[in-house]
Amino acid sequence: MMVNEKIAIEHGLKSEEFNKICELLKRTPNITELGIFSAMWNEHCSYKSSRFHLKKLNTKGKRVIQGPGENAGVIDIDDGDAIVFKIESHNHPSFIEPYQGAATGVGGIMRDVFTMGARPIANLNSIHFGSPQHPKTKNLLRGVVRGIGGYGNCMGIPTIAGQTCFDESYNGNILVNAMTLGLVNKNKIFYSKATGINKPVIYVGSKTGRDGIHGASMASTIFDEKIDEKKPTVQVGDPFTEKLLLEACLELMSDKSIIAIQDMGAAGLTSSSIEMASKGNLGIELNLSKVPCREAKMTPYEIMLSESQERMLIILENGKEEKAKKIFDKWNLDFAVIGKTTNSKKIELTFENKKVAEIPINILTENAPIYDRKWKKTKLPQKFKFDKSEFKKLKVADVLKKILSSPNACDKEWIWQQYDHTVMGDTIQKPGGDSGVVRIHKTNKAVATSVDSSATYCYAHPLTGGKQIVCESWRNLISVGAKPIAITNCLNFGNPEKEKNMGEFVECVEGINEASKFLNFPVVSGNVSFYNETKDKGIKPTPSIGGVGLIKNYKKMVTMDLKEDDNLIFVIGKTEGHLDQSLFARDILLEKKGPPPEINLFNEKNIGETLLKLIDENLVKSAHDVSLGGIIIALSKMSIKGNKGFKLDKLKILMNKFEYFFGEDQGRYILEISKDNLKKVETILKENSVHCDNLGIVTSKEIIIDNEPILSVDELIQSNTKWLKEYMVQ
Amino acid sequence: MKSSVIIFPGSNCDRDIDVALNKFGFKNKMVWHNDVDLPKSDLIVLPGGFSYGDYLRCGSIAGKSKIIKSVIEFAKSGGLVIGICNGFQVLTETGLLPGVLQQNKYLEFICKNVFVKINNKENKYFKNIKKEILELHIAHNEGNYFCSDDELKSIQNNNQIAVTYCNQIGVSNDESNPNGSIKNIAGIFNKEKNILGMMPHPERMIDKYLSGEDGSIFFENLVGNLK
Repeated sequence: MMVNEKIAIEHGLKSEEFNKICELLKRTPNITELGIFSAMWNEHCSYKSSRFHLKKLNTKGKRVIQGPGENAGVIDIDDGDAIVFKIESHNHPSFIEPYQGAATGVGGIMRDVFTMGARPIANLNSIHFGSPQHPKTKNLLRGVVRGIGGYGNCMGIPTIAGQTCFDESYNGNILVNAMTLGLVNKNKIFYSKATGINKPVIYVGSKTGRDGIHGASMASTIFDEKIDEKKPTVQVGDPFTEKLLLEACLELMSDKSIIAIQDMGAAGLTSSSIEMASKGNLGIELNLSKVPCREAKMTPYEIMLSESQERMLIILENGKEEKAKKIFDKWNLDFAVIGKTTNSKKIELTFENKKVAEIPINILTENAPIYDRKWKKTKLPQKFKFDKSEFKKLKVADVLKKILSSPNACDKEWIWQQYDHTVMGDTIQKPGGDSGVVRIHKTNKAVATSVDSSATYCYAHPLTGGKQIVCESWRNLISVGAKPIAITNCLNFGNPEKEKNMGEFVECVEGINEASKFLNFPVVSGNVSFYNETKDKGIKPTPSIGGVGLIKNYKKMVTMDLKEDDNLIFVIGKTEGHLDQSLFARDILLEKKGPPPEINLFNEKNIGETLLKLIDENLVKSAHDVSLGGIIIALSKMSIKGNKGFKLDKLKILMNKFEYFFGEDQGRYILEISKDNLKKVETILKENSVHCDNLGIVTSKEIIIDNEPILSVDELIQSNTKWLKEYMVQ
Repeated sequence: MKSSVIIFPGSNCDRDIDVALNKFGFKNKMVWHNDVDLPKSDLIVLPGGFSYGDYLRCGSIAGKSKIIKSVIEFAKSGGLVIGICNGFQVLTETGLLPGVLQQNKYLEFICKNVFVKINNKENKYFKNIKKEILELHIAHNEGNYFCSDDELKSIQNNNQIAVTYCNQIGVSNDESNPNGSIKNIAGIFNKEKNILGMMPHPERMIDKYLSGEDGSIFFENLVGNLK
């Protein structure tokens, strides 16, 4: 087939990009070469719209062993142990085919982690769906949850935390972000940089089929009414093969046979081979006739672009082929020597003894387009003037029940009960708390991890929203007694070619960066997903932040369930009653105007660090950060988890009680402490200038406000747990 | 006390059970599915997971694996064999235990704590155990035990029901049945009571920081009975 501009455009390239290719090559590419360019230069692989801004991110820290640019980030957790972690999106495929899309998202992120030599120890996910009333939502939710479970459960990796949100902006583009943490000895980390020439290039894992061709390009475009035609671009997962691949790779990694290793994820063999060679400033020669194929008569074009799952590319030390083959034979996996490293600095492909492609690698990587796209700033909205006289018609109990049973605040057990969250025998905090926590096997340490997003805040004011999610992640780790170490981000946005969407991206990243710097909470890995747009309607800006923290002694871990009658309940951090963009404003008053709550990074840091001190001294019985829904929703969730009630004293402040209870001011936590520890706690809070309100006490069952019992904990549980279960069986 | 855990490709609770057995005093060995001979053992465990990807049917390919011949021989000569979760499915596939494990009633994977009532203490597994009800953990997609009426009669007549799902106070009914199992069956024995298959994972409940500690009771008691 002769390649021309029209064909290039069908491959998702712009006409100026095609011209640039011809200019750089000094000729017109053939079809295989064009396929390679389209795979390397699409948004998903090249980060052409985002790279310019991502460069600014704070990626350094004392504990950072590896920042962005590798398969995943790596942090030091002492004693020679390191955690490898990353979050990645699989949004576009999950909308087209929810089960396989979500499953292969989970499979892909796990491969990124064990490629580096780490055994995965925890999975997380952040999933966003359209309005519950939208006809597609229920099936998408069911399929995605099954897909995530289907893959993670079979691999035997516990899924320990996550979040699920509903908003009509995801009606045409759901979000599926999967995150994995792995454990590795810090001296045995494997990287993707090739070194040395004439080293054998090894293909291992599943055979290559025709699935997923153009997957990465599909994920770099907006959707239209013909999306069903894109089903063949969705990969098909086989978690059993991946489990074998995991064990085989870790077995081979026990000595020094491997020089470099890279999983075949987006853009399959193309991007894995080019990235390894590019990082090592080498060339690579592949004989595509040697690639194990699942289907007959596959062309070089198809082989290079297939996104079949569960495959790895390895560069071995010379002479280690036999040993490596033995291991992969033992695990019943394909193994083939398909090429070698060269000093040509080109990628050279042969097929049936004919050369089918020859491209200088720097053209594909360094010369890939980078765009500093035009963007528009979002102004901070004016504060909305709520008519407080209207509040008089409302009853706290009714509002509380309504919010607790709303899709975004309700209990998500129906979802996480379908994920194996206890396999590996080290899960000490399961989903549903502030963070999931797993022990580091056979040590006193544990890692806490959480994944968060807040599209409502980011949409109202991207800069504040960006800061807020980082803080939210920080708080979720601190609430369980973990010292926050680093984050990974999954940046889900609309169409970068639109100034508004691009502006949302730029300002969210700026917000993330600002908070990450101030809190010394660096970004070590991440992924960008643009073009989450269907028929001109884009999603709300939805960066997801995955945070990881260390608990040095897991016996000191804190949970959020209320523990004992008569214990004191405090809220630390100042309450100003910010209702704009709160669940109360949106779901009860149906008011969507106004700015998100302000972030004060100084207070955030101070309050968080002070709480860690309290926890370290064993003064905290339970803790929970105040987020969506404000103080009373936070407290209700603690009550539900502990099957206890609470009694609140009369408010001593001049503020409307709805503002006080439902306001979403940031940087606050609710603490339960025993009366015996009151003095010690007060002293530490005072020494650190942390504001604190005494809310009341824990009771056995009743929720009592102003001496009036308004609800029982059973009613809270009922409200909180019923919506999702009922919705899914309807 | 010596134990062996069989590792099939796709097993994923092999490490967990290894940790538990060692913790409670077994000297445990891991045995690869392609091996032919079993090490000398007082107990063989078929662990949880997705043996051979659970392709065809859960446990069916494992039921035809190389090592399984030796396991069957060992079991038929009276040796103790436990199959947990996928291991239970393998045992039914080999015919060592009656019945089958179907997909859960609500067609969803379930991971949660459950209570089970011990139905028969006249065996090496539950003899001397102080409790009547244990809180254990399940994590499966195919745990819905089913058998024919005749088989059920025979199971009941021979006192082969080991543990049944119940609530906190021991009531077995539809509400306390997580997966639709016939008669709330969570685990059964063979006629001779040396083979035990059960869906719950005692190895996930072996210290107080995990979901609970009743798994410890099970293993401590078992070790006591074997001494």
